Amino acid sequence: MFSEYTESLFIMAGINIILGFSFYFPRSAGMFSMAQGGFMAIGAFISAALTVKLGMPFYPALLIGGIVAGIVGVIAGFPALRIKGVYLLLLTLGISEVIRIFFLNFSYTGGVAGLGGIQLHTNLWNVYFTVAILVYFFHRLAPTRMGRAIAAIGEDEEAAEMMGIDLTVTKLQVFGISAAMSGLAGGFYAHYSLYITSDNFGVAKSLEILLPVLMGGTEVFWGAILGSFVTTFVPEWLRFIQPYRMMIFGFIIVVMMILRPQGLVDRSLVSSIGLRLRSIRLLWFPRPAP
Amino acid sequence: MLEVRSMSKNFGGFTALNDLNLRIEKGQIHALIGPNGAGKTTLFNLISGSVPPSSGEIVFLGKKITGSRPHKRARLGIGRTFQNIRLIRTLTARENVMLGCHCWTKAGMWSSFFSSPIRPSAEESEIRRCADGYLEFVGLGHRADMWPHALAYGEQRRLEIARALSMEPKLVLLDEPAAGMNPQETQELNTLIRRIVDFGKTILLIEHDMKMVMDIADRITVINYGQKIAEGTPLEVRTNRAVIEAYLGEGE
Ligand SMILES: Nc1ncnc2c1ncn2[C@@H]1O[C@H](COP(=O)(O)OP(=O)(O)O)[C@@H](O)[C@H]1O
Ligand SMILES: [Mg+2]
Repeated sequence: MFSEYTESLFIMAGINIILGFSFYFPRSAGMFSMAQGGFMAIGAFISAALTVKLGMPFYPALLIGGIVAGIVGVIAGFPALRIKGVYLLLLTLGISEVIRIFFLNFSYTGGVAGLGGIQLHTNLWNVYFTVAILVYFFHRLAPTRMGRAIAAIGEDEEAAEMMGIDLTVTKLQVFGISAAMSGLAGGFYAHYSLYITSDNFGVAKSLEILLPVLMGGTEVFWGAILGSFVTTFVPEWLRFIQPYRMMIFGFIIVVMMILRPQGLVDRSLVSSIGLRLRSIRLLWFPRPAP
Repeated sequence: MLEVRSMSKNFGGFTALNDLNLRIEKGQIHALIGPNGAGKTTLFNLISGSVPPSSGEIVFLGKKITGSRPHKRARLGIGRTFQNIRLIRTLTARENVMLGCHCWTKAGMWSSFFSSPIRPSAEESEIRRCADGYLEFVGLGHRADMWPHALAYGEQRRLEIARALSMEPKLVLLDEPAAGMNPQETQELNTLIRRIVDFGKTILLIEHDMKMVMDIADRITVINYGQKIAEGTPLEVRTNRAVIEAYLGEGE
């Protein structure tokens, strides 16, 4: 369908979309998490160790990697519960580094040398199938009880709590699920790059994740999708001006942050395009017969 | 129904509430009045649990709730509105009211993933029916699909009331619901508040303007500088010397 090169770009963009979702989800509940690069490492190393060392098939290994990342996410979520703003950012950066340094020293998964000999299992189909499932998840969540609760927490958690929303449980769930998303992305990444070291993850990765989501916007999950495509493809299209391409790309980002700080896609754009069309939503809520 | 016992609250060195006692009887409209900065909203925050007291106790339906989290209190039956309207801007009017139903429903995140995308679950339909009912009740049935910020000020206040009611609370705390309303809207609001009580709810109502509460309150507590200065029926309060000096003298 595509050239091998284009396909590889699409796969990287797909993995970035999953990572973008894992950043968007806690963001929608008012939590700015920089721990995603760490959770990604967990998914990558665990799934790769399972396939390489224990010969486990890819899909169960991928799932286990995601689940373990999710569990660590819930545990890491506890200290994050009562912390906000820049403090939460620092705390989650710390979590990310702790996980990276753990794998740097954990000899079973290769330690400093990293883990190689991973087989290629990641392809367009399984990556975009996962993206589709997550899109479905967000789309279905929005018009339900927990979706409304998350929207309320994201905007005014104090008021949300007085409406009867359990902040602890909801935030931990969101944190855990988003960590699991990072873990899945890590599993795909490991089985695509075929060789991973702890340097691929941690804070550096968290910052890398941040670029597409900030570019695309964090108000709606569509932002992560568009942002991932833009940040994956635009630098490639700029290749013809080779020496200056990253500079020009950086310039585009700066201009965009000035002109459109909320990102390319925001809520009002989505509602004007009609992705959340009233008529579609009415389908989900047929009026009960009188 | 609700008992506040020797409640005090200090913010830093500032005493916002000082040794306040309050008893609210079931089925009544109890008004809390006092000048700006008297500590009325602070008392609401203490009752709904968003700030911890410096000392004192709160007993609701015979249970001590002093240390419990706000969402637990909401589930026990304390609903409220906010003086500075705090509707969720990213949810429609109807969804804001549906949010109130959170405290008596159960569906988790997974159930939204696995439930049918075409037909809402039984619980979701129930939530929606409830929300539409309360929207109708406060006269906003025709505004259900609008964003809160697109509503007129008085409508936003009524939407907050609908959201508080959808929590199915036993005690409703209304923080200056008439603020910013014109006389006609205020009149309609009074009728609405009476109808809420007819449903068997108990109301604690903050009002800045004393005249407004005179004809709807069963009982009035007047506070000033964080202290209770008078309490009684509207007639008793109106003729109380301390009230006339501290409160009525101020703005007239
Ligand atoms: N969170 C807070 N931190 C510091 N001071 C506060 C806080 N909340 C209220 N206050 C102070 O307590 C006093 C009483 O405020 P409030 O209860 O809002 O008065 P009222 O609702 O009667 O107008 C005010 O002087 C206010 O500045
Ligand atoms: Mg107030």
